[in-house]
Amino acid sequence: MDQVAFICLSALSLACALGVVLNKNVVNSAMCLLLCLAGIAGLFVQLHAYFLAFILVLVYAGAVVALFLFIIMLLDMQGGQPWRFRALQGIGGFVAAALLLTGLDLLAVRGRLAAGPPVASSVGSSLKFYAYQLFTTYLLPVEVMGFLLLIAMVGVIVISRRAPGAGEPR
Amino acid sequence: MTPSLDAFVLLSAALFAIGFLGVLVRRNTLVIYMCLELMLVAATLALVAFSRFNGTEDGDVFVFFILTVAAAEVAVGLAIIVALFRARQTVQVDRLDSLRH
Repeated sequence: MDQVAFICLSALSLACALGVVLNKNVVNSAMCLLLCLAGIAGLFVQLHAYFLAFILVLVYAGAVVALFLFIIMLLDMQGGQPWRFRALQGIGGFVAAALLLTGLDLLAVRGRLAAGPPVASSVGSSLKFYAYQLFTTYLLPVEVMGFLLLIAMVGVIVISRRAPGAGEPR
Repeated sequence: MTPSLDAFVLLSAALFAIGFLGVLVRRNTLVIYMCLELMLVAATLALVAFSRFNGTEDGDVFVFFILTVAAAEVAVGLAIIVALFRARQTVQVDRLDSLRH
């Protein structure tokens, strides 16, 4: 049962990841990204990371893909530029990706990631565990993340402000 | 019968390679950016799988931080793309060649 679910979810995410790369239309790419993220969230559920699956859907599917779609509509590029396949770049890209995949897979299979069966984790204590970890062991990273978000917010406002003397708005 | 750790790591490597391929072959800045996000998510999948199979949950906390950073990164990156579009009226990397030669 788990095996079947794993195969379905991984096929979904791999197909949609290929869809992101191969689609001509940018909106279709964004939609494929959304489906791919849904598949990965399902895999997170299978790994008993329920909270992370929830956060992934909320942050990525809810915020990031929506932001992508907003920008696509703002720049008005739907159905615009066709997918032009350049032989040299295409071949180079495929070879590089294949090399990367083979290297990682050799490492994974030949290196024999001996981990045994997954350790049983108590489901109910997961959220409590996160809260405890975030406020004890990882307190400093949490503070740094908050500061990083503040910097990102200020940076976005500064970048997207119209430069003074840039002429009339388009 | 739950799938093995190898299967999860292979899947995460495949997703990462697909994202890498997209960054190399696509010319549209927005699609390149989506492929970067794909690579980031592939890495988080590996982290979650490792932390599940090793019985620690530190990897999950790392993923939590990665998601935070990714959200901030997307906001800043898309703002830069919009600023670029305002300046050059294109997002195709072929035509953004000011630094060439």
